[in-house]
Amino acid sequence: MYKITQLSIFLENKRGKLYRVLDLLAKNDINIRALFLADTTEFGILRLVVQDPIKAKEVLESNDYIVKNTPIIGAELDDTPGGLSSVLKILKDEGIDLEYLYAFTHEKSDSAILLLQAKDLDELIGILNAYKVPLVPAEEVYNL
Amino acid sequence: MWNEEIECMSREDIFELQLKKLQATVKRAFDKIPFYNEKYTNANVFPEDIETLKNIEKLPFLTKDDLRACYPFGMFAVDRKEIIEVHSSSGTTGKPVVSGYTQKEIDNWGEIVARGLTMMGLDSDDIIQNTHGYGLFTGGFGVHYGAHRLGATIIPISTGQTRRQVEIMADFGSTCLIFTPSYGIYLGEVAKEEGIDFDELGLKAIGFGAEMWTAEMRDRIEETFKTKAYNIYGLTELMGPGIGMECCAQNGLHIAEDFFYPEIINPKTGIRLPEGSHGELVLTNLERESMPVIRFRTKDLTALHYDTCECGRTLARMERITGRSDDMLKVKGVAVFPSQIEKALLKVSNIEPHYQIIVTRPDIMDEIEIKVEASESLFSDDIKEMISVKRKIGEYIQNEIGIAVNVSLVAPKSIPRSTKGKIQRVIDKRNLH
Repeated sequence: MYKITQLSIFLENKRGKLYRVLDLLAKNDINIRALFLADTTEFGILRLVVQDPIKAKEVLESNDYIVKNTPIIGAELDDTPGGLSSVLKILKDEGIDLEYLYAFTHEKSDSAILLLQAKDLDELIGILNAYKVPLVPAEEVYNL
Repeated sequence: MWNEEIECMSREDIFELQLKKLQATVKRAFDKIPFYNEKYTNANVFPEDIETLKNIEKLPFLTKDDLRACYPFGMFAVDRKEIIEVHSSSGTTGKPVVSGYTQKEIDNWGEIVARGLTMMGLDSDDIIQNTHGYGLFTGGFGVHYGAHRLGATIIPISTGQTRRQVEIMADFGSTCLIFTPSYGIYLGEVAKEEGIDFDELGLKAIGFGAEMWTAEMRDRIEETFKTKAYNIYGLTELMGPGIGMECCAQNGLHIAEDFFYPEIINPKTGIRLPEGSHGELVLTNLERESMPVIRFRTKDLTALHYDTCECGRTLARMERITGRSDDMLKVKGVAVFPSQIEKALLKVSNIEPHYQIIVTRPDIMDEIEIKVEASESLFSDDIKEMISVKRKIGEYIQNEIGIAVNVSLVAPKSIPRSTKGKIQRVIDKRNLH
C-alpha cells in the first residue's frame, strides 16, 4: 500500500517537448501531484506522480510516449527546517543509497511529502518504519 | 612511363591479350573452384563458350554476397599454403570478404601501383609518406608494395598521429603524400597550424583515394599542398588500390587492363553499356591465380573511355566514382552499410530498431550520427542506465563498422516516415555527387 506508482517518461531535451506532455495530460483532466525532471543535454526522464496513473499511462502511450511504471515511496516530513535532513541522516547511517528523491508540500497539512527511490524499496520501507518515519499510503498521495 | 610496352599498347593488342587471359582465367575458375563450376554449369555456360571478349557477357555476375558465402577461403584456386598474405573488406552483413595473395600477386600489385606512382611523376628518388592504414584494409599495403617496386623511400606512418605526420613531413622531406581526401584536408589544416610552408616543402604529388570526392575537394587539396593531387581507385575483392590510377592529364584513371577487364552495366538490368555511358563498374581479374574474381559487381558508378590519353597511354580510363548502385556509404574512407548499423542495434535491444543514419562533413572530416528511436526495451527510469545504453549502442556500432559514431536517442516516431511508413535510412548531407 505504500508503493506509489510513478510514471517515468522519455523526453527529448528540446523546446516544447515538456509542454506537449503536460498539455496532453491537462486536456485529459489528469492532475499532477509532483514532478521531477532528470536531464542530459540530449534527452531526459520526466517523472510524474498523478492522480490517476493508469489513465495517464494509457493517454501517454496512445500518443507514442514511452512510459514506465516505477514504484516509489512517500514519507511524511515536518515542513520545518531540518525535516528533510533528519530523514537523510537515517538513510546515511543505515547505508541506504537513494537513486533520487524529490519533495512537495500541499495545502491540507503542515507536512511535506518526500518521494524516494532506491534499489530495494522494501528494505527502505522497513528502515523508515523502524525509525517511525510516517509513510504515506499511495492512495492518499494520488488523492491529495 | 613505368611499362611503356603495356601502357601504350595498341587497343587491338590489349583486347587480344585480355581475351587470352580471360579464357585462361575462366577455365581455371571452372576447374579449380566448386563455386564457379556449379554457378556456370547451372547457367549452362562453359569455358569453351568464351571465344571473344564480348562472350564474357554470357557469364553470370559475381556479387559481394557470393564472395561472403565462400568465407573464408572458398574462393581460393591454389593450395592455402601458396597464399602468403590475406586482406579483408567489410561485408554488408555477417562475414567479411577475404582476399588472398600469392607471392606473384603481391609482385603484380606492386607493379600496377608502381605504374601509377610513375604516372604521378614519382621515381626512385622520392619519399612517399603513406597515411593509409596498414592492416586488413588494402590501402596501406598496396601503396607500400608499389613504392618498393618503384624503389622510392616509403614512410609507413599509417593514419592518425597528425602532428607527428606534420613533423615527419618536414623533417624527412616527404615528396609525396598518400591519403584519403578528408584526412588530407585535415592534415593540411594541422600542417598550416604548425607553420608548414608548402611552397618551401616542395611536394611533387599527392595520391588520394578510398572515398568519394568532388572537384572542389581536389582544388582545395591542391591549393593547400601546392601540388597536383591524383586519384587512386581499387577494391579489396579484386586486389586493392591500383586498379585505376590517374596520370598527369588528371582526366580519369587508367585501368591496368592487362590485369583487369572493366565493363559498365546498367545496374538495374545488368545489360552492358557502350563506351562513355554511366553505369556500374564490373571488374574481372585477368591474372589472379589464387582467386579469380570474374564479373564482380563493384556497385561503383562511373563511365569508361578508350580514346588515347593526352599522356600517350592507351589504357582505358574510368571517370571518378560519382555514386553507388547500392546503399553503401563511404565515411572517413570506410565502407558502411545500413544493414551493419541494424545488426548492431539488434544486438543491443533485441527488437527491430527504428533508426536513421545522418552523414555530414561540417568542415573537413566526415561525421556520422545515428538517430535511434527510444523504445520500451531501451528505456529505463535510471539516467545512468540510459547513458550507458547510449554508449553501448555506440560501441556495438563502432565494433561493426570500425569507426566512431554519435548516437542520439530520440522520441518514438520522431524520425519522419514516408506515406508508406518507411524511414529514409540514410541522409547524406555531404553533397559528394
